[in-house]
Amino acid sequence: MGPASFPVLRYSGFMTPFVARLDCPGSTSEKAGTSAACEGCPNQSVCASGAPKAPDPAIEGIRLKMASVKHKILVLSGKGGVGKSTFSANLAHALASDGTKEVAVLDVDICGPSIPKIMGLEGEQVHQSGSGWSPVYVEDNLAVMSVGFLLGSPDDAVIWRGPKKNGMIKQFLRDVDWGELDYLIVDTPPGTSDEHLSVVQYLSGAGIDGAVIITTPQEVSLQDVRKEIRFCQKVKLPIIGVVENMSGFVCPKCKNTSQIFPPTTGGAQRMCEDLSLPLLGQVPLDPRIGRNCDQGKSFLNEVPESPASMTYRTIIQTQKYCIIITPEVLLLCIQTTLSGLHLRH
Amino acid sequence: MTPFVARLDCPGSTSEKAGTSAACEGCPNQSVCASGAPKAPDPAIEGIRLKMASVKHKILVLSGKGGVGKSTFSANLAHALASDGTKEVAVLDVDICGPSIPKIMGLEGEQVHQSGSGWSPVYVEDNLAVMSVGFLLGSPDDAVIWRGPKKNGMIKQFLRDVDWGELDYLIVDTPPGTSDEHLSVVQYLSGAGIDGAVIITTPQEVSLQDVRKEIRFCQKVKLPIIGVVENMSGFVCPKCKNTSQIFPPTTGGAQRMCEDLSLPLLGQVPLDPRIGRNCDQGKSFLNEVPESPASMTYRTIIQSKTKTF
Repeated sequence: MGPASFPVLRYSGFMTPFVARLDCPGSTSEKAGTSAACEGCPNQSVCASGAPKAPDPAIEGIRLKMASVKHKILVLSGKGGVGKSTFSANLAHALASDGTKEVAVLDVDICGPSIPKIMGLEGEQVHQSGSGWSPVYVEDNLAVMSVGFLLGSPDDAVIWRGPKKNGMIKQFLRDVDWGELDYLIVDTPPGTSDEHLSVVQYLSGAGIDGAVIITTPQEVSLQDVRKEIRFCQKVKLPIIGVVENMSGFVCPKCKNTSQIFPPTTGGAQRMCEDLSLPLLGQVPLDPRIGRNCDQGKSFLNEVPESPASMTYRTIIQTQKYCIIITPEVLLLCIQTTLSGLHLRH
Repeated sequence: MTPFVARLDCPGSTSEKAGTSAACEGCPNQSVCASGAPKAPDPAIEGIRLKMASVKHKILVLSGKGGVGKSTFSANLAHALASDGTKEVAVLDVDICGPSIPKIMGLEGEQVHQSGSGWSPVYVEDNLAVMSVGFLLGSPDDAVIWRGPKKNGMIKQFLRDVDWGELDYLIVDTPPGTSDEHLSVVQYLSGAGIDGAVIITTPQEVSLQDVRKEIRFCQKVKLPIIGVVENMSGFVCPKCKNTSQIFPPTTGGAQRMCEDLSLPLLGQVPLDPRIGRNCDQGKSFLNEVPESPASMTYRTIIQSKTKTF
């Protein structure tokens, strides 16, 4: 058997059987259970029975739950370690600084849940009430849910295969008592796999405003990020814009700027031009970002004068307007907002 | 492997209670599990054991955290080991969603060919072979949007069907996490055996927290840990030579973690913009910039561990 021809999208709205061969048609396909590839598959009878073709009832349950959530934003990247969780936390803090808004962060990185540490919630526990699981509150108007709260110790490993992770994500969306929310920010692990497909699938009834894509300047990152952008396009997830983190470092002593992760192919700016996507901002490296993440503090609040803070605030202001208006007027919205901010300053 | 609609309390398809526990009621896979079909060991494991009989040393490069330099380290390790022309070296990239190895090793656009003895890997040098899902894509930007089971099938094929030939070293580069790819590699190589894992981290606690989970994973699956490498360990300004800790080791970095867990700290590699530049250009940083403190640290790490292999 040679290298299988690679269908770029195998997302069919349901999960592929656990011993799927590479040429598995997918459990919701018309050929499920009956194609030549199905011979000998332990799931053949289940697929042929038509059982998996019915939509997952959880999707409707989640749609009802999410009816009280005005805006849902995914924070994605094909690449790891680019600052997704950092951005998610900063975005949440910034949105919640308006005391009239209710904000929540859902951390669906099951294997490497960073949000509890970054938001200063290590050791917190989740409680269950009649109306579901209670999230953990950072502030009165800022709630968080993560598998990190369900571990005995922060060092405990969650060694789960895809199906079990999917079940956890379903529970997070269906069983957490979020209450009325203005913004739900979903922080994701790197990649285009179970967690990403599940979040999109389970929210397919409720709808997602869009995704913010995080990258760093080097081509090795951009290559993975372009895959994430393809993913968004294939599942019809609007892209709010791209944020480039680690975009230069200014030496605190001599003020010389170094490109530690050199944008050898033009960085996020060139990628956004090529793909006609908004570049929301380029955030420079600042050691105080990492320090505040480790200490569970809000970098925006602790170091407001840092160029990185100022860039984050501009990005978030831009985004706030963009997710209220429909994606169709995204570009106009950004231009208007940025010129308005410029005039004000 | 757990059935595809596994409930959270699924006992697992190879458990004694598979198909018969209370949690199994209503599961579409109940009859399959109860029949005992999944309890037999995967025959691929024996096939892989035979295939791997010609591979002397197998090393996994792991990290719970993404973006810490696993692929960079894997590539540099491979180049260093292959600099001894008498050694046969290979890199297997099991990061299915984000395969970086083809770019980092200058092999973008290369294709995999099939022969009578299996899939042929792509050769960087006569004695340095590479396999990655990246070689199977129509374009480097194509997304591989697969759930766990399909990724597992790909990994099985990589281990069973690639014609590696006689190898001194097989380096397996992994994605971040403790999930399908990691479990599958360990499972499929359970007959063949793995020498051990090199764990990569960066200095900050947010990384170390995920890395400790990876270490727990290794302990649970009884995978020996060769040691820990701390990347991005300080940056020396090229102009004034001031050292900045861009990712501050607020809890003592890898050094403290290794002391706490009684693990060898193999080395602390400083940031150097030329590392990223050479990765993007598909060149060997060790060969291109041998005088960099980062190169020297990498060489020390690799030489010290090669003796152990």
